[in-house]
Amino acid sequence: MTWKDPLGRIARGRRRRAAPAVSDGGELTCQELVELVTDYLEGALSADDRHRFEAHLDGCGGCRAYLDQMRETILAAGGAAGADLDPAMRQRLMDSFRDWRSSRDV
Amino acid sequence: MLPVDRASNADPARAADGGRADDADLIEALRKSDEAAYRALVDRHSATLLRLASMYLSNEEVAADVVQETWIGVLQGIDRFEERSSLKTWICRILVNKAKTAAQHEGRTITFSDLGDGELVPAVGPERFHDQGPNRGKWSIAPQAWDRPEERLLSKEARAVVERAIAALPANQRLTITMRDIEDLSSADTCSALGISEGNQRLLLHRARSRVRAALEAYFSDVTDAP
Ligand SMILES: [Zn+2]
Repeated sequence: MTWKDPLGRIARGRRRRAAPAVSDGGELTCQELVELVTDYLEGALSADDRHRFEAHLDGCGGCRAYLDQMRETILAAGGAAGADLDPAMRQRLMDSFRDWRSSRDV
Repeated sequence: MLPVDRASNADPARAADGGRADDADLIEALRKSDEAAYRALVDRHSATLLRLASMYLSNEEVAADVVQETWIGVLQGIDRFEERSSLKTWICRILVNKAKTAAQHEGRTITFSDLGDGELVPAVGPERFHDQGPNRGKWSIAPQAWDRPEERLLSKEARAVVERAIAALPANQRLTITMRDIEDLSSADTCSALGISEGNQRLLLHRARSRVRAALEAYFSDVTDAP
């Protein structure tokens, strides 16, 4: 059982810009595509890689489902926000403001 | 006095997410010691700040102190704030700096020099793909579209799954997904607040989102398999 860094993408990701994900210009496999999903959603793929990514999606229901799930995951994470501020903490922060304002008014 | 009216009618801090123009009003109001503008900002961002501080600090009281120091820093620095970044980013950056300093006193540090886990953790386990033959690299067990996701992802159970998955991430992945996907900071703002490169940030985000997706997939397939 081997899993390979799809064409060195992870190693390259630690440096800066997207070098071509598929150096030989060939078709992406599903296993390669899942490692490129974030770069795709972030608009960080080169035009060529984006084209290959989308060409693969056109012919692959599994990867379309995967991409949908990643989008849904992002939305679900957004729903995890929204803890209310503890009233005592809020009071403390408002006290800081009043201290600051009176020091400023002098 | 215009800023006070604006602050009491709408939530100007919420609008601040929309752009620099709204930021400009808030900054102007703060410089005039406008309490309503400050309160709106505090209500909007303090839960975020506390969450971020808690990722650097194990002690809740210390984290709360850091949030308070951050707001004092915001007030003391507002006259000098040059608006090269959004107000929210600037506030987050103050928080991160203060939290890092406090974490050093606590003897804890988070470094971004490594990814927080092995170098080659795949987004999806190799057992899901054919490993030989003409189908090598294609799905052997393809993902199934989730049933009514928009509705079910809002359920309490699904939210608990997401929160547990995020809590279990290595610290730097957790920080990155929290800033990007929970607090909705831009990529540039996140890099700037955390002091990391775009490439490193994308990689941390990729790892983090991939793990949360896997947790949700397990949740959805459990629910689906149930009688
Ligand atoms: Zn595919």
